[in-house]
Amino acid sequence: MSISVSHISKNFGAFTALDDINLDIPEGELVALLGPSGCGKTTLLRIIAGLEQADQGDVFLKGDKVTDKPVKNRHIGFVFQHYALFRHMTVLDNVAFGLRVKPRKERPSEAGIVKKVHALLELVQLDWLNDRFPDQLSGGQRQRIALARALAVEPSVLLLDEPFGALDASVRKDLRFWLRNLHHELNVTSVFVTHDQEEAMEVANRVVVLNNGRIEQQGSPSDIYDHPANAFVSQFIGQTNVFDLDEQGTDWLEAAGLLTPHQEGKIAHVRPHDIVIQKSTADNDAFVTLKNWQHLGSLIRIELIKNGSSDSNAAVYAEMPNDQFKRLQLSKGDKVELRIRHAHWFH
Amino acid sequence: MNAISATPFIASKKLTLADPDWVRYALIGLTLGIMGMFLVLPLATVLIEAFAKGWSTYSASLTHPDALAAMRLTVLVAVITVPLTTVFGVSAAWAIARFEFRGKSLLITLIDLPFSVSPVIAGLIYVLIFGAQGWLGPWLSEHDIKIIFAVPGIILATLFVTFPFVARELIPLMQEIGHEEEEAALSLGASGWQTFFKVTLPNIKWALLTGVLLCNARAMGEFGAVSVVSGHIRGLTNTLPLHVEVSYNEYDFVGAFACASLLAALAIVTLVFKTILEWKRSQALKASRPAGE
Repeated sequence: MSISVSHISKNFGAFTALDDINLDIPEGELVALLGPSGCGKTTLLRIIAGLEQADQGDVFLKGDKVTDKPVKNRHIGFVFQHYALFRHMTVLDNVAFGLRVKPRKERPSEAGIVKKVHALLELVQLDWLNDRFPDQLSGGQRQRIALARALAVEPSVLLLDEPFGALDASVRKDLRFWLRNLHHELNVTSVFVTHDQEEAMEVANRVVVLNNGRIEQQGSPSDIYDHPANAFVSQFIGQTNVFDLDEQGTDWLEAAGLLTPHQEGKIAHVRPHDIVIQKSTADNDAFVTLKNWQHLGSLIRIELIKNGSSDSNAAVYAEMPNDQFKRLQLSKGDKVELRIRHAHWFH
Repeated sequence: MNAISATPFIASKKLTLADPDWVRYALIGLTLGIMGMFLVLPLATVLIEAFAKGWSTYSASLTHPDALAAMRLTVLVAVITVPLTTVFGVSAAWAIARFEFRGKSLLITLIDLPFSVSPVIAGLIYVLIFGAQGWLGPWLSEHDIKIIFAVPGIILATLFVTFPFVARELIPLMQEIGHEEEEAALSLGASGWQTFFKVTLPNIKWALLTGVLLCNARAMGEFGAVSVVSGHIRGLTNTLPLHVEVSYNEYDFVGAFACASLLAALAIVTLVFKTILEWKRSQALKASRPAGE
């Protein structure tokens, strides 16, 4: 295991940030720590780095217990949310910093350092900015310099705190791909923190979902999406319609095919794309009305409302491809029939 | 009431946007007049009085053994107190900006205490502690250690009045800069000292120098606290400001004003350096402000 965390707990006063966390990350993985804000994901990352001390538990890097080692002896690369570039140094000096502070006998020659820095800057495609100062760079450029600086010391693991959090949407998209490719190229075990489930699913090959200081589920992105372990994960990852059978009338769900002898609980979570709709042929059979729809690129999100329901929060969302929706020739206020293809059941 | 006052209110608001000329000139004139009377005139008097009996008397006053001793003592006090205050200021600012602990706001208030306590009282405190009738008096005289009416007392009193200067400059700056750059340096393998000298210090150097400069000016110019503990022993425990007073009381006006002219020169040099430092700081701040954020 490249990173091993065992029985880590951390409290800030009365607030429990992490509660008995156990996590193993194999060599070479690109892992996302995903969760809502305040779930403890950044604290966990900082404890792995040694920037924060756990109240209990141990951290192992490459099998070595590093719990009591200070951050400077852990050989980690850390990329901060706001980059934390040294504002009084040029890009070149920033990237060279980790090499220049090495003890004399481990330190490469100055020429060797400069050569290595240029190579790293080429890797992040920013060598042409080597004599600039951080304030002369855009957010995305700063992020890549921060990454080059962390990689300069050849860390055994790379830790990134909300690496795309402070960037524009379009830059963020580019950098996600770029980070994934870079990881593929370097194959250094990497962990990044994010609150954006889409980002986690897109970049990571393993996702760890955290909530209230506990790990709710971990696995590949498709595992987590297709087999959510509990109601929290199901609702946090992707869009979900929640049907509580105790609160809602069941006749319309029965008509939609949700209630079968195989039903496994009281609460059903249904993904929008697992709801199929068609125009109602006989008015009295229909239980829902088409209220509105939105274009999401190639998909249409359809907002449905149960007949007789005045609660606007009770809307049911379905999704279908654009062209399929056009063929249905629906308009607002039409009565429609539902079919629910698949549901996750929770108690 | 509202309806009635509405129109005149708007009208007067328009007027305040462009003050009549006489208001502008009166205010500028008043400011300049006050400045001239209370700052430039006394400063000129110092120089006129210092040179009243010609250049040779002036230089003789400055090279008088007692005057030279006073200068040496003043420099000695500054050389000892300024580094101590600097170390204290950096440590205090570091502690306050970086750590969360109980009683932090009390500590911030206490750092400001020397600004609000009369310097005479500050001196008196040391007399009450270290003086012959003070708490530690008997023990000190037993071990033949002299603090009050000696150089150590002067240094202690000067430390007391100068110690907020550096800390006050640094605390808001270090709180604003935050901790991330230092954490980044540590994560890259830098030691604590490397982090301080290569990352922290370059970020705070202009503010630190401003604090040191103001601290130095105060250390050299302090009168009240030092006066209480010094004992005014000519050639031994008289600092420059005390020497000015002693000379004046003895009707040696040229001697008093000659030394006063040195202190005035120190003030002007301090002012010039402070202006330069403030300009440097604003440049550094401009450079560090992230573009587009």
